[in-house]
Amino acid sequence: MLERLRQMLIKEFLQILRDPRGRFVLFVPLILQMLVFGYAATFELHSVPLAVLDLDHSYESRDLVSRFSSSSHFVLSAAPHDRHQLARLISDGTVSIAIQILPGFAEAMRKGRGVVQVIADGSDSNTAMIALGYIAQIAGGYSVAYGRERILRIAPELWQRMPSVSFDRRPWYNEDLNSRWFFVPGVIGDLLTVSVLSLAAFGIVRERELGTLEQLMVSPITRFEFILGKTAAPFLIGLCQFAVVMIVARLWFEVPFRGSYGLMLLGTCLYILSILGVAMFMSTISTNQQQALVGTFFFTMPTLFLSGFAFPISSMPPALQWFSYLIPLRYFLVIIRASFLKGVGTSVLWPQLLALAATSLALLAISTLRFHKSLD
Amino acid sequence: MHEVRIKTVGEKINLRRTTAIARKESIQILRDVRSLLIVVSMPAMLMLLMGYGISLDQKHVPVCFFDRDPSQESRALLNRFRSSEYFGFVTAAPSYPAMVSAVDRGRCSLGLVIPNDFAERMRDGGDVTVEGIVDGTDDNTANVVFTYAESVIADFSRSVQLNYLERTGLKSATGALALEPRVWFNESLESRNFIVPGVVALVMAVIGAFLASLTIAREWERGTMEQLISTPVKPLEITLGKLLPYFAIGMGDTAICVLVSVFWFKVPMRGSWAALILASMMFLLTILMLGFWISAVTRSQLLASQFSLLATLLPSFLLSGFGFPITQTPAVVRALSYLVPARYYVLLLKNIFLKGAGMASEWQPLLALGLFAVLISFVAMRSFHKILQ
Repeated sequence: MLERLRQMLIKEFLQILRDPRGRFVLFVPLILQMLVFGYAATFELHSVPLAVLDLDHSYESRDLVSRFSSSSHFVLSAAPHDRHQLARLISDGTVSIAIQILPGFAEAMRKGRGVVQVIADGSDSNTAMIALGYIAQIAGGYSVAYGRERILRIAPELWQRMPSVSFDRRPWYNEDLNSRWFFVPGVIGDLLTVSVLSLAAFGIVRERELGTLEQLMVSPITRFEFILGKTAAPFLIGLCQFAVVMIVARLWFEVPFRGSYGLMLLGTCLYILSILGVAMFMSTISTNQQQALVGTFFFTMPTLFLSGFAFPISSMPPALQWFSYLIPLRYFLVIIRASFLKGVGTSVLWPQLLALAATSLALLAISTLRFHKSLD
Repeated sequence: MHEVRIKTVGEKINLRRTTAIARKESIQILRDVRSLLIVVSMPAMLMLLMGYGISLDQKHVPVCFFDRDPSQESRALLNRFRSSEYFGFVTAAPSYPAMVSAVDRGRCSLGLVIPNDFAERMRDGGDVTVEGIVDGTDDNTANVVFTYAESVIADFSRSVQLNYLERTGLKSATGALALEPRVWFNESLESRNFIVPGVVALVMAVIGAFLASLTIAREWERGTMEQLISTPVKPLEITLGKLLPYFAIGMGDTAICVLVSVFWFKVPMRGSWAALILASMMFLLTILMLGFWISAVTRSQLLASQFSLLATLLPSFLLSGFGFPITQTPAVVRALSYLVPARYYVLLLKNIFLKGAGMASEWQPLLALGLFAVLISFVAMRSFHKILQ
């Protein structure tokens, strides 16, 4: 049996690696995706272009503007002369946020009724919301400083007894709120899904389409050996890809790894197995490559968008949140991110490990049984 | 009609042969009802999936708190969180570790620690700091939650100070500065309004490349390409004939996507329909030709599908400004994004849908898309030619 299995494995690897384009498609997208996700996927906002229209020209308004220009969140990139110019800057997308200080600002501040108009381009609502938050922060700081200065002038003894509440941001596990630490480890899950699934699903379906499956079946190989041979190659390739991603994440992007490598490896093996289960199941229901392709597509798309890979599950409508429990990547991502950033162990991650183990076992069992029938 | 010959790219096209190929391709598509159903249902499904699944809005964020000194003052602060539209349930944790574990397990997204001198400071003055603990793994969510919490606390602080100054008779001394935010083009800051037009581009990119990459690769794998070549049909005619039906399907799919956006997701369509249709046609042509090129070069369905996903989905997702702000990426990535056709299409979709743009104001991205369409068609034709000879 081992000898037959060995021969089968050699054939599989030859088939996958024979073609230079096949080798290319296994590893180049991997590196590319890592780099693109590492550098392009960021919600962080530094130096957002800001336009300021100061119609008051007072000491107060200049003080306020200087607070914006000295903030690392904004760059003063335009100083329009009137409202029309300001409106144009927003409309054509030169700036996504603008501030307008009306005449009489200094006077209004003295009366305790200062107003600053903020105009945001809502066509990118996430950026607009975060930028508005920063603006509120800066304006609040100005407001406090202004009040302090006045009280210190009028009644300095009262300032000592002025109550105030401040907020201390304590982000755990990702202390600088670095987007890269969120996205780069997640790429492991995304990549394994696409590559293992298509390698395995197409592997069987192509043999069926080209008629070579019958040839294999008349050879003394058993059904179990056949499935083992068909899945072993994608499994090993998946592990290699996993290693590459780990190395790039650790050494190039310097994402911290705080958990246990053993647990991470276990999680990865279980995840590859569950994807192999999906692939096997898919190949039992498709007769040609086009159907397999559509099948992988229908599996990959929800996986990418509903697993929490890029967009938080908590923001989805309840129905989709429930649906996301059916997506194996959801569990694997929890394991990946917890292992990289949180450093927790099996005591916390056992439900996820169990879910992956159950999925892979069930799917592999069903498709082994179905495979027998589909050959007849 | 049959004898009409058009001279293009230095080659004569026979309309009859071209339509014959197009007919053959259409019959092949129509015969396979299952695939056809998929091609029609896929855009609607993807639109719903992504329209609902891709959201960065945080509403009703669950909060838990550990109050080291329960008092009237701390209750007043917590009530601010309860009445805020951003936050959902506000629950007490019996101990600090219990609160930490609630944040860790995701049962609440924000953990507040109220220090034991809170009431004292509120009464006797001085600064007090409330700690907010958030699981930073997902940095964007963390950032949004922090911003919400900060605004609630700043409001509370301001009202406490106003109270104090009122008591001391110094009310006029406060430097209250109010913000008057006006959000243009998407007044309610609904992330769906900016996500959905981008999703149209994403769906088109994926489906278009997918369709085209399969057409040629399948013929090659089944050996029917040799049969086609041995007939008097010319490469350009094969290309055109094969592309025509897929172009029609692609435009149908675009229509489905746009209808779902407007009627299901209620995204406002404020701009010019003509500009939208023109942009979609050019984008579709670019994507189909890209898929065609990939499938001509790889000659295998597996490779073609993987390459076309790589060449369309990833850049359309990451480098188009669809979800991630391009202005925030490193200069190299920003420069790269100019090479991604989806970047222009996403920009056009957003501007046409939300900003009410038309042909005249959008001539630059339209021109860029047109150039891409011509360039990629040219490259695809040339490499197909070379391969055939």
